[in-house]
Amino acid sequence: MPPAFDEMMAQDGVPRPAYAELQNWLNELPPNELERRRTEAEFLFRRSGITFAVYGEAESTERLIPFDVVPRILTRAEWDLVRRGLEQRIRALNAYIKDIYGKRDILRAGIVPEDLIFQNPAFRPEMSGQQVPHDIYVHIAGIDIVRVDSDTFYVLEDNTRTPSGVSYMLENREIMMRLFAELFSRHRVAPVENYPDELLATLKSVAPQTANQDPTVVLLTPGIYNSAYFEHSFLADKLGIELVEGRDLFVRDGVVFMRTTRGPRQVDVIYRRIDDDFLDPLAFRPDSALGVPGLMSAYQAGNVTLSNAVGTGVADDKAVYSYMPAILQFYLGEEPILKNVPTWRCREPDHLAYVLDNLEQLVVKEVHGSGGYGMLIGPTADRATVAAFRAKLRAQPKNFIAQPTLALSTCPTSVADGVAPRHVDLRPFVLTGRDAIRIVPGGLTRVALQEGSLVVNSSQGGGTKDTWVLDS
Amino acid sequence: MLSRTADNLYWLARYMERADYLARVLQAAQRLSAMPSAYVGASNEWESAVATAGCTRAFYENYEDANETNVTHFLAFSADNPSSIRNCFQVARTNARAVRIALTSAMWDAINGAWLELQRYGNGPTSREDNSRFLRWVQDASSLFDGAAYRTMLRSDSYWFSRLGVHIERADNTARILDVKYHLLLPAQERVGGALDYFQWSAILRSVNAQTSYHWVYRENIKPWLVADLLILNEQMPRSMAACYANLVQNLDHISMAYGRAGPSQRRARAIRTRLQNSRMEEIFSSGLHEFIVDFIADNNALGGDITRQYLL
Repeated sequence: MPPAFDEMMAQDGVPRPAYAELQNWLNELPPNELERRRTEAEFLFRRSGITFAVYGEAESTERLIPFDVVPRILTRAEWDLVRRGLEQRIRALNAYIKDIYGKRDILRAGIVPEDLIFQNPAFRPEMSGQQVPHDIYVHIAGIDIVRVDSDTFYVLEDNTRTPSGVSYMLENREIMMRLFAELFSRHRVAPVENYPDELLATLKSVAPQTANQDPTVVLLTPGIYNSAYFEHSFLADKLGIELVEGRDLFVRDGVVFMRTTRGPRQVDVIYRRIDDDFLDPLAFRPDSALGVPGLMSAYQAGNVTLSNAVGTGVADDKAVYSYMPAILQFYLGEEPILKNVPTWRCREPDHLAYVLDNLEQLVVKEVHGSGGYGMLIGPTADRATVAAFRAKLRAQPKNFIAQPTLALSTCPTSVADGVAPRHVDLRPFVLTGRDAIRIVPGGLTRVALQEGSLVVNSSQGGGTKDTWVLDS
Repeated sequence: MLSRTADNLYWLARYMERADYLARVLQAAQRLSAMPSAYVGASNEWESAVATAGCTRAFYENYEDANETNVTHFLAFSADNPSSIRNCFQVARTNARAVRIALTSAMWDAINGAWLELQRYGNGPTSREDNSRFLRWVQDASSLFDGAAYRTMLRSDSYWFSRLGVHIERADNTARILDVKYHLLLPAQERVGGALDYFQWSAILRSVNAQTSYHWVYRENIKPWLVADLLILNEQMPRSMAACYANLVQNLDHISMAYGRAGPSQRRARAIRTRLQNSRMEEIFSSGLHEFIVDFIADNNALGGDITRQYLL
């Protein structure tokens, strides 16, 4: 594995220009000051109630995601490259989903194998031939990006279902501004606080044509036991919309209503943070208590917009991911600005053979997995784990892809004995409405707090950082 | 607003109010039980505390003996008692999380802070002194929440529904104290105990935070029928049944004006208030204090049912 790209320090141990002022400031700090601020930040997070749940840990249903007080800095030029790449990618993703549920040109062209679509559990036959407003399926995407050198950014994963984390982006900034006013005054940091307004504008722009001038938008949550519940209530609050659960909604004559103290009120747009499977017990899982009976029929009648659309999961599994460069080329006729990580599809025999021969060097992921669960990091795994994966790969090759172990870039991070580089990724949030693609500068930086670790997922001991895009 | 949100606000307020009341009941019982029986009689204060809290049956399903340790634990910390102080705070915070966006940050801080602080007490206070501090703290936490709501909430339906919760609960609590102690409040000529009951009457006043108010209103020594008058008919007294109904009528009127429509809740609240306004203590005593209170508790519950059906489902 090549050495990781250090976002702060150039080869000669001198900070890159964007980080120079931060380095000065760190040098001026009295000893233990960073630790003191970290404690203060944790106190503020706990007070605000910003917690997440870790599945499988009964005793601690509420935990804080560790927050690192040293910001991550991107220059405007770096960000512009990423932004253009994201806009391009989301246009391709939307065109692809429209095609999959429409004419299926891409299958006829033989670019993506059919079984990848029709045997994909995220494929929704109900959506075939279904119109969605303005042909936009993914209104909110979280595209995970990693950096490997000064101008190479890879897309690691497209999240086109119900991506989460944006509340941390917003809260991290709020708390940083409270704690580090001096540091902000020395930098020109592009704001992110307009995200809720951009999100609301996006959601309203895709309301059904029949909705009135000021459509009613709600946020549908599975409820307080969901790991992202804090985010749901946080966003509903910032957007000034009702936070509803399935039982707050009902469908009559193909129209969705919410139960209010003034009686039923029609709903036009549902920003749903519930997976497809649980949306409507009549259409999908009959045992779902989270959804709204009849919701799919109202959706199919075009009386309500679901955001994101149903069935967008066909675009974000890891097997489809490996075809993204070709998909993008097919619909846009352009070269991808953001590269894909080279990926071996274990479904293909020669790829599988290579993967089995090089397991110790590769990262192996489940095609339908997420959250850093069920993955193998070859270089750091012990022999037994590697052997177990070898067996799984042989048994179910289709379920896996493999990638080289990437040297994720590092950023300065507060650690026990000062500041040290740690590996990071970036999740920007891409909003796509009728009128525009909107991306607030930056996104959520996740950091692997353990020295040498490459796993940034919060469920696996990762933390977050504020992400600064500097206007020059 | 969402019916579920209104329902959560309503119950959140009820639970915070109930926690405060339970703390007062326990304080009063502690005071009485610490006095020599020559002053307060031989009655079991802990048993009547359980009755006043309205959970006699649940208590005896868990314990044989109503003594200080058992009752304090059951009313304050027991996980088996759905209305223990700990569970009140627990449920209040769960409701608060579910309606975060309808709460002001000051209200959330008050509830979340109380819940975090509660964790420090573990399985309960470890000594009498610790217990007194705990009960004092419960009242502070409840006041802080109430004050935060009063000072920071928009005067809109969210606020009115939360006020309905406070006053339905408070009316119920006051009526329950009277129901358990009514025999102590009958006019002097019907009483046998005499001076023994003085400390009992003052304990009743204490459990509704009215010992000072009593003297300001009546400028007399404590007399049982005046205690009853204060708690039932006096609208100046914030925890009296009459004052609760003045508030309930007012808040229901705000809602019906904002929504442009009144219903069964408004009608019933007004009828109950009118009955209280037209009652005289002498008539209440002559037709039976106990019956009067039992009817009131039933009416108050019926109003809770009306509010639920009209707005919260």
